[in-house]
Amino acid sequence: MINQGEIIETIKMISEENLDIRTITMGISLLDCASEDILKSCDKIYDKITSYAKNLVKTGEDIEREFGIPIINKRISVTPISIVAQSCTVENYVKYAEVLDRAANETGVNFIGGFSALVHKGYTKGDIRLIESIPYALAQTKKVCSSVNIASTKAGINMDAVYQMGKIIKKTAKLTEADGGLGCAKLVVFCNAVEDNPFMAGAFHGVGEAECVINVGVSGPGVVKCALEAVRGQDFSVVADTIKKTAFKITRMGQLVAKEASSRLGVPFGIVDLSLAPTPAIGDSVAYILEEMGIEKCGAHGTTAALALLNDAVKKGGVMASSHVGGLSGAFIPVSEDAGMIDATACGALSLDKLEAMTCVCSVGLDMIAVPGDTSAETIAAIIADESAIGMVNCKTTAVRIIPSPNSKVGDMIEFGGLLGRAPVMPVSKYSSLDFVSRGGRIPAPIHSLRN
Amino acid sequence: MKAVITVIGCDKVGIIAKVATHLAENNVNILDISQTTMQNIFTMIMLADISENKVKFTQLVDSLDELGKQMGVTIRAQHEDIFNSMHKI
Repeated sequence: MINQGEIIETIKMISEENLDIRTITMGISLLDCASEDILKSCDKIYDKITSYAKNLVKTGEDIEREFGIPIINKRISVTPISIVAQSCTVENYVKYAEVLDRAANETGVNFIGGFSALVHKGYTKGDIRLIESIPYALAQTKKVCSSVNIASTKAGINMDAVYQMGKIIKKTAKLTEADGGLGCAKLVVFCNAVEDNPFMAGAFHGVGEAECVINVGVSGPGVVKCALEAVRGQDFSVVADTIKKTAFKITRMGQLVAKEASSRLGVPFGIVDLSLAPTPAIGDSVAYILEEMGIEKCGAHGTTAALALLNDAVKKGGVMASSHVGGLSGAFIPVSEDAGMIDATACGALSLDKLEAMTCVCSVGLDMIAVPGDTSAETIAAIIADESAIGMVNCKTTAVRIIPSPNSKVGDMIEFGGLLGRAPVMPVSKYSSLDFVSRGGRIPAPIHSLRN
Repeated sequence: MKAVITVIGCDKVGIIAKVATHLAENNVNILDISQTTMQNIFTMIMLADISENKVKFTQLVDSLDELGKQMGVTIRAQHEDIFNSMHKI
């Protein structure tokens, strides 16, 4: 007989502590859908996605019911479209975004990622067209997510791309002004992007990946927080150990679901991303874990150290639980998607500068941050440059998902709704970075990228 | 294939009888039961063999959920693997 205490513990984790599978993401290669004729290419894409993913949502729902584990999202990621569309000589790639949106609607997934380009070393013709299409694509579709990789530890930082992305983000915000600049919530700028990230908006199916894979993202910040409540006041070794053990259990659930989905869909299992991803729901916050560790308000001094411990302990516990760990695998700090972050920002405890420090020791980067509507493209580009430098020098993934919500001012609250939550508008520096970002060219790769 | 069925809620007459009957009607064999009532909260954990189940497991999950609602308790039926995988190295 299975230990009764363990059964009750598992049920409590799910029903009271917000333990869930955050996403099952099917990665699909579209490399064989390229064609000089855009209509042919789009048809191939639609047929391939709808055929490979036709049972994805139903399988997710069945697994959810049989195992009693909530599976919040079913999603799809595809090969970066700039690669697939490269052979087409059309002026823009919005049609590709439209076909992805249609395929997402047909299969029932809630997001489809991969309207992306990899330009860390430079642009190809397809990359230019893709990037210029992004604002229109995100304004005209609902479920398509986009990302651009503009830097890597090996390649350095493509400052032309950084500047361009500052402008693209501003344009995307303008074209989705009616929704508070929501288009920007579906656009991520990366340094060291990974090929198998199952989370949106930065998911894409890398070119080194197989034909089709299943990747799973788990989540359980609430579970970690509850586990820490039981060891309040005890020393850091106990804290780290508690988080490790909890992360093990959480990740094991992801492994189980991934294996089950993979076998039922007949698609190889890729990875479990063991990231601690919050939602705006009460009791599902990463910031509250840091506060449980003894920081009065997330953003106060000590937050970076606390997050470093959390991020590391999550990885140590999770890695044992899964046969293949990948994606971003760490703690996420998206401001609008975390009740504790929202509070801390609104009361002034958490600033953009502190968030930048936190990104040095955790997973994602400056994520879901609202800044004033009059923030210039140059300032946004400089924020991206800063974040990329952190990722490049520390050999980790960093990203920027920033929303300059039109007509907004510091102190406003932008409502995105659903899992995207709500974001208090944060101040940026009032000094200019124009002369810096407009220099153009590439910031060279750091010396420690030469590892041979 | 085994499932873990848990029943939690306010104690009242007939819970064990109704759940056991429902399982028997679906050809589900109960392998192990543990039940306690503490301060009027009824908790029961059953290990059941669902390999000879007359209907698809998800239908049993739903029908047990419905039965629970009628009795004012929460009944969960879950594949045993979720518990096995979480708590053992």
